Amino acid sequence: MSQDTNSTPAIQADKLCLTFDANDGPVHALKDVDLTIEKGDFVSFIGPSGCGKTTLLRVIADLEHPTGGTISVNGMTPEEARLGGAYGYVFQAPALLAWRTIERNIGLPLEIMGISRAEQAERVQRTLELVGLDGFGRKFPWQLSGGMQQRASIARALAFDADLLLMDEPFGALDEIVRDHLNEQLLQLWKKTGKTICFVTHSIPEAVYLSTRIVVMSPRPGRVTDIIESDLPDERPLDIRESKRFLEIAQRVRNGLREGHSYD
Amino acid sequence: MTGFQRAIATLGGLAAAAALIIAILDPGGADMMLATGGLVLAAVGMRHHFGLNSGLNFGLMPQARIDLLASLGGMALLLSILDGDMPAASWALLVACWLFGWLAVEKAMAARHLSKALASVVSLAVPVFFGAWIIFVWEMMTIGLQIPTVLLPPPSMIAVRFAASTSILWADFQQTVIKAALSGYILGCGSAFIAAILIDRVPFLQRGLLPVGNFVSALPIIGIAPIMVMWFGFDWQSKAAVVVVMTFFPMLVNTLAGLQATQTMERDLLRTYASSYFQLLVKLRLPTAAPFIFNALKINSTLALIGAIVAEFFGTPIVGLGFRISTEVGRMNLDMAWAEIVVAALAGSLSYGLLSLLERQVTFWHPSNRRKSS
Repeated sequence: MSQDTNSTPAIQADKLCLTFDANDGPVHALKDVDLTIEKGDFVSFIGPSGCGKTTLLRVIADLEHPTGGTISVNGMTPEEARLGGAYGYVFQAPALLAWRTIERNIGLPLEIMGISRAEQAERVQRTLELVGLDGFGRKFPWQLSGGMQQRASIARALAFDADLLLMDEPFGALDEIVRDHLNEQLLQLWKKTGKTICFVTHSIPEAVYLSTRIVVMSPRPGRVTDIIESDLPDERPLDIRESKRFLEIAQRVRNGLREGHSYD
Repeated sequence: MTGFQRAIATLGGLAAAAALIIAILDPGGADMMLATGGLVLAAVGMRHHFGLNSGLNFGLMPQARIDLLASLGGMALLLSILDGDMPAASWALLVACWLFGWLAVEKAMAARHLSKALASVVSLAVPVFFGAWIIFVWEMMTIGLQIPTVLLPPPSMIAVRFAASTSILWADFQQTVIKAALSGYILGCGSAFIAAILIDRVPFLQRGLLPVGNFVSALPIIGIAPIMVMWFGFDWQSKAAVVVVMTFFPMLVNTLAGLQATQTMERDLLRTYASSYFQLLVKLRLPTAAPFIFNALKINSTLALIGAIVAEFFGTPIVGLGFRISTEVGRMNLDMAWAEIVVAALAGSLSYGLLSLLERQVTFWHPSNRRKSS
């Protein structure tokens, strides 16, 4: 599938709808979402709570099923993509298994996919180095700091070399300093590996700093209100966040959020 | 030294002083020894008030050691004069010994900066010392107060009986603990574990099997045991069947709860790897359920023993812990009944201890077992 899919977008959503049945009537988590994400993009989804950004990510991951419209992941249905191991998913919390060492946590997807032990060890070592956790492989998750645990969970999502990475507010629970550091590392990782990354966040600076495109969403019903292309240079030191261009883009995102949000 | 420790020391000193005064005012048997003992212990208890520093004040935990020595010395003295006619002073001295023993344990447990080896010795010594004290007081009371052996034989008598009948005890142990309790335990826990996994997998069984398990667990053992004797005969098989019935439900309920204990995020995680039902079970759900399962195994280890012993009251060949207890009680040989109880208690404690050890190995990752140093 890797030869002929260079032209197909990583994700293509067309009039995507998802309605939950709650006690007090239907909740439109997603309504008529049209979205195309090209291979190699770094796309951030930003919006207030309840705007459906996490739901959208979960639909891509086949953890939720849309009630209308179509969506394809690498030209396949989400289910085919999931069964084929097409994406790595990073959750809000590290979700590392406490009884496994960091090494064996990262090796978990490889184990499940039936990859040989020798190759498992080699890949685990490589991803450990990639996220800067070399030498911590024998530790248990509860012996590491929150930031290191989240890096381990990113390593786990990278271990099986899916070319799509879905990240649901992965740094939301971390303090600002650790967050800056991990943002920088994530950018380098993205450049090094050329993966497509879908990144859900609450933070405007985080979204602008990381992304090539920013998808602004608004709640009730959850829909896409604006898609902003970022023309920041590829090389992004942390102090780019004080540059004029950065602030302009951030302002546009803020405006987009304000428009989509009714304060009545 | 904390205020609490000071209070215990003062009380101990006062009790010892009381022993001294009673021994002088009311001379009886061994009054010289009791007076001396009272004097020494009173001095130990009051030393903090008079700023007395003992020559023993060196090395590790010197304070705790002096109190321990005082306590043990007093106990030795009391044992040496133990007979059916204890003078009043000896009871005051017993109280003093008990308080000094308590004080020594308090100080040893409060001690900081202990080496790892010493800390583990202390943590092991405390329960041993406590148990020894209970036996000591028991011995003192039963002999000193001339309690009839039918009501409560002294530990020394039980020990003598135990030593004299090891072959009978061993046969009873094999019959009841190894054959009946252990085989019933393995069958009951094993079948409940499999049933829990099936119930979790098949909703139909959830509706059907769970109420049945609930129902069976509510049946009284005195109703079950005779029925099992009818079904499986007099020998250990019927006792094992009772144990199966008793252990099934705790294991079933706990395993089911454990299988439900995984978090949505962890299940989603494995779903993104397209994991199969079996992989999800082995790699996530069973490890999460392990602490629950061990709870059931520990509860059941004592239940199994109780079940096997009680079931022998309803028909049995002439061997077994329950059989022996019921017949020896009928012949007023209470020391033999107590020797059997010792066997049962040892077997129960040992199995519980082994399970706890195993649990710590398997669920080392659980917050309650994480070692701070690692």
